[in-house]
Parts: sequence; C-alpha cells; structure tokens
Amino acid sequence: MNRILFSIIKKEFWHILRDYQTLMVILAWPVLMLLLFGYAVTLEMRQIETVVVDQSHTPQSRDFINALASTSFFKMVDSDVPQHDFEHILQERKARCILVLSPDFAQSLQVNPETKIQLLIDASDPNAANYIQNYLMQISAQYNFKTNTKLVLPFVVEPRILYNPDLKSYFFFVPGLVAVIILLISALLTSIAIVREKEVGTMEQILVSPVHPIQIIIGKTIPYTVIGFLDSALVLLMGHYLFHVPIIGSLWLLTFSMFLYIVTGLSFGLLISIITNSQQVAMLAVLMSTMLPTIMMSGFIFPVESMPVLFQYVSVIIPATHFLTIIRGILLKGSAFADLVPQLSYLALIAGFLITLSIRKFKTTLE
Amino acid sequence: MIAVEVKELTRRFGNFTAVKKVSFSVRKGEIFGFLGANGAGKTTTIRMLCGLLVPSSGQARVAGLDVYTEYEQIKKNIGYMSQRFSLYEDLTVRENIRFYGGVYGLSRAQIKERTEELLSFLKLHEQAHKLTASLPLGWKQRLALSTAMLHNPQIIFLDEPTSGVDPVSRKNFWLLIYQLASEGRTIFVTTHFMDEAEYCNRVSIMQDGVIAELDSPQELKKKYHASNMQSVFMNVVKRAQNEPDSF
Ligand SMILES: Nc1ncnc2c1ncn2[C@@H]1O[C@H](COP(=O)(O)OP(=O)(O)OP(=O)(O)O)[C@@H](O)[C@H]1O
Ligand SMILES: [Mg+2]
Repeated sequence: MNRILFSIIKKEFWHILRDYQTLMVILAWPVLMLLLFGYAVTLEMRQIETVVVDQSHTPQSRDFINALASTSFFKMVDSDVPQHDFEHILQERKARCILVLSPDFAQSLQVNPETKIQLLIDASDPNAANYIQNYLMQISAQYNFKTNTKLVLPFVVEPRILYNPDLKSYFFFVPGLVAVIILLISALLTSIAIVREKEVGTMEQILVSPVHPIQIIIGKTIPYTVIGFLDSALVLLMGHYLFHVPIIGSLWLLTFSMFLYIVTGLSFGLLISIITNSQQVAMLAVLMSTMLPTIMMSGFIFPVESMPVLFQYVSVIIPATHFLTIIRGILLKGSAFADLVPQLSYLALIAGFLITLSIRKFKTTLE
Repeated sequence: MIAVEVKELTRRFGNFTAVKKVSFSVRKGEIFGFLGANGAGKTTTIRMLCGLLVPSSGQARVAGLDVYTEYEQIKKNIGYMSQRFSLYEDLTVRENIRFYGGVYGLSRAQIKERTEELLSFLKLHEQAHKLTASLPLGWKQRLALSTAMLHNPQIIFLDEPTSGVDPVSRKNFWLLIYQLASEGRTIFVTTHFMDEAEYCNRVSIMQDGVIAELDSPQELKKKYHASNMQSVFMNVVKRAQNEPDSF
C-alpha cells in the first residue's frame, strides 16, 4: 500500500520537474499577479485633487488650510477660484472636492459655538465621496481640539483605529489577493493531473494494475501540495517585504491554515479533473468556478455582511471566504487558533467533502 | 486448464453493440490470436477481460476469476499491453519500469532484479536511461511488454503489439512471445497482420462484433482450401458479408 503510494508520488514529481517550463509558469504567475494587482488595483485613496476657496483670509483660516495641506490625502490644485467656476471645475474633473471658508470664518470661530465650512464633493464615485467627507471631518476635529482647548462637549467619540492604524488598504487587499491566488493555483495544478492521463492514454495502463483510486488521488495530491505551498510562501513573502503587510500572528498557525486551504483547492481541482474528459475543459471549468465566486462573494472586495442574504449563504461554501478571515486575522490582528476554529473547521469540512466525492466519482473503468 | 473462458459476452455503447454474444475459451499456455477488421470489437473484448470495461451481459472468467466481481484479483494475474502506447513519454525506460514495479507492489530489491532481467530479456539495456519519447516505436513496444511482464503474470493480453513496427522488429517481438508461451504463459494477442496469425496456436476471426471463425490456422486453411491466412481471412469476411444473418 505504502510502496504503491510512494511510487505514484515519485512519478508525479518526475513529471513536474521534467516539464520545467510549466514549473516556471506555475511559480512566476502568482508573483506576477500579485505585482500587477497589488500595485494597480489598490483601494487606497491619496492625493485627492482639492480646490480651496479662502474668503476669510485670516491667520485662522490659513492655519486650517495648512492642516489640510500637510496630509498626503489632499492635494491642493488651485485656490480662490470664483464661485461661478465651481461647477466647471467639478465637471471637468479638475478637482474632486472644493472647500469654501466663508468671509466670517475667523470671527465666527470666536463668537459662535458652531462654525460652518462648505465642502463640495464630486459624488459620482459615492465611496470616494464618503471617504473624502470622513477625512475632512477627522481633520477638522483635530483642528478643533488643537485650537480650542476649552471646548467642552458632552462626549467625544475618539476612534482609535486598531490593527491597521494608517488605514492602508494594502493591508486588507494583499492578504485577500494571496487567498485568491492560492486557490486558483492549487485548483489549476490538479485540474489537469488526472484528465491529462485520460487524454494521453496512460490512465488505461494504471487502471489494469491493482491500484486503488484512493492511492491515485492521494499520490497525485501530495506533490502538488508541495508546489502549492512553495507558491503560497513566495506570494506571502512578497506581500510582507514588498507591500509591508505585517505578520503579527503565529507562523505555525499561518502555515497550518495555508496547508488546509491549499488541500481544499487541490481537491477541488482533482474533482474537476475526475469528472471531465479533456484538459481544456478542466482548466476552463476551474477558472470559471473559482475566479468569480472567490473575487465577488468571499469578502475579498465586498464585505460578506453587506451582501444579499442569499449570497451570504453561498459564501459559506466558498473556501476563500473562510481563508480570508483566517489570513487577515493572523496577519493583521494576530488571531490565535481558538479565534479561528469555525473557519478552520469549515475549510476542513469542504476539503473532506471534495476528497470523498472525488474518490466516489473516480471511475476504475474506461467509458 | 482453461485460462480464459467467455460465454455470450456482450458490450453495448448506447444503441450500438460492439461485441455480440461471443463465446470461446483459451487454454493455458496457448497463443490465442484475435483477428478482425477495424472496429470488429477486438479491443472491446480484451478490455472487458482486463476489467477496463464492464460487460453489458454474458459471463467471463479470467484465470478462473469472475470479471464482474473478482476484477481486483484478475488484475494481479494478468499483463496488459494496450493498443495505444500508454507509458510515460517524459520518463526514462528505467523510470517507467520502476514506477510500474512499485504500482504492482514489488519490493525495492525485486524491482531491481526484475528490471535487470527484463532489460536483458528485451535487449533494452542501452536504452535504459533514455527518455521514452526519444525511442522508436519498436523499442517502445518492447518497453510496454516489459512493464506488462513485471509482476510475472500467467496471462498476457497484447492488443496489436506490432502495429506500426518494421518487419524485423515484428519478427523479434514474436520470438519474445514464443519464449513467454514456452514458459507456460497464456498469450492473448490481436493483430492485423495475417502472417502473424500463422504463428498462433488458434485464431478467432471477428467480424462486426461476432466471432465468425475459430480454429487452428492449419484447420482454417484446410476448410477454406487456402494456402495462407490472408485468403482465409478474405473468405471469412466475404462470407460474413454475404450472409450477415447467420451470425
Ligand atoms: N467508448 C466507446 N464508445 C462508443 N463506441 C465505442 C467505444 N469504444 C469502442 N467503440 C466502438 O465499438 C466498435 C469496436 O471497437 P474496438 O475498438 O473494439 O474495435 P477493434 O476491433 O479493436 O478495432 P481496431 O482494429 O481498429 O483496433 C467500434 O465501432 C468502435 O467505434
Ligand atoms: Mg483495437
């Protein structure tokens, strides 16, 4: 039994190492994907083009504007434009927001309990508009505390942003990308493992030998686990050193969960390989069935809680949903094993289900 | 001793019946030839006997074991060389042999011993470390035979082992077959070459899924007043076409 398994594993390694072109693609592709998406598709907003109209022209107003300009969030592109140009500026997308400080700004600060400033935001991208508004509110709050030490409010909400103090979306995005890449690669790796032997005809010779389907399935999974692991480690290291994503939690826990997740992806690929009859169909099936659900419904971009209820149920059977919670938790929050038991159990359940189904669907005869 | 016994074995693919109620038996140590035009049902019959296809109906026993229920045991007792070369092109000769040795559960020492034995028996020593893809077809067929022989099977199924091979290699291959038969093994071989049919102890001629003739080459030649198997075959095929209902 063990000798048979060992022979299959060894043979599979021979295949992988002989075909070094494919091996290079397997190793380089995730790295490229991370670079491409990591740099291009960042959700973080910086350098928002801003026009400031200071009608007050006082030290107070200049102070406030300086406070804005000193952040990297706002980028002053113009100042003191006449009011009838506002529409034009926003329409032409010369600026995404216009800040207006009225002539009585300084005076009002002194006498009124409340001073209004006007912010015009281009809300054609509502998310961005929200972001801009929040940011300005944060800065004006800081300005208030600094300039008016006697300010007494009934209570103050003073948010402390934990785990990702700079609100860097990289930190959120890169672990997600790792999850997507690992799943895709591991499912693709095994998706052709069996169907290729069916196509080339070598499966026929295996099937007349006394090998059990379990041995074939496990024997084919183990070598690809190693490759999948190398790939994942590579992507993760790049995330850490290139995008400075922290690794706060335990490395052992990270390794263990990655292993579980890779096996889940590999077993999905195997199942596809078993039920299809050509390599092309198998690869297409994997791409279609992993890419879209993983990206759209796992919480990679849209939080699961904000999805329609039906999709929330669907997201439970998507491995990436659970792994995203796990990897973000371990990397950014330092989550411990006890925190992640539900997610890890889900992954183990999905993997177990897929492997069982693979073994049952494996045909020991030619059809 | 009966090595293979088949009764009314039938295999359908959808509405199409590839093998229709064939019955025959093969004695131990016999070289049993399976002739027939393309699509006659030779490969389908062999696959049913090797546990690669489940018969639609009928009975078959290989090495005394039932093909429906004891196929696991059958697999340990037979060697099979498929019509299409089905070893790994990206592995060397030795690696292919070693892999199948492992798959058949041979120990490390046994694999080593059998590898050397087979390499010298098949005169493959010089090719041992070459990638299989680089070998000419004649050598590949030898390699396929050697992996089919690894676990010392008593019954060997060879599906067109010599197709696409030059005459000299064919002759050499048949010398190997004779040697295996002389060791008491049963050889079940299909072929398109009528000269090869002469080498068999008995041949069956298949036509459209049924066995049209089954006897020794000598008897068949006598029956059809023919000087060689080629004209026997032509006669059988003609007869089958003229009176298709008799089958
Ligand atoms: N899996 C299958 N599905 C449908 N039809 C099949 C299948 N396998 C074989 N057949 C058909 O069954 C018939 C017999 O095929 P088989 O391969 O047994 O013939 P053969 O005698 O081995 O021919 P050849 O000399 O070309 O190898 C053919 O008409 C073939 O098309
Ligand atoms: Mg055939």
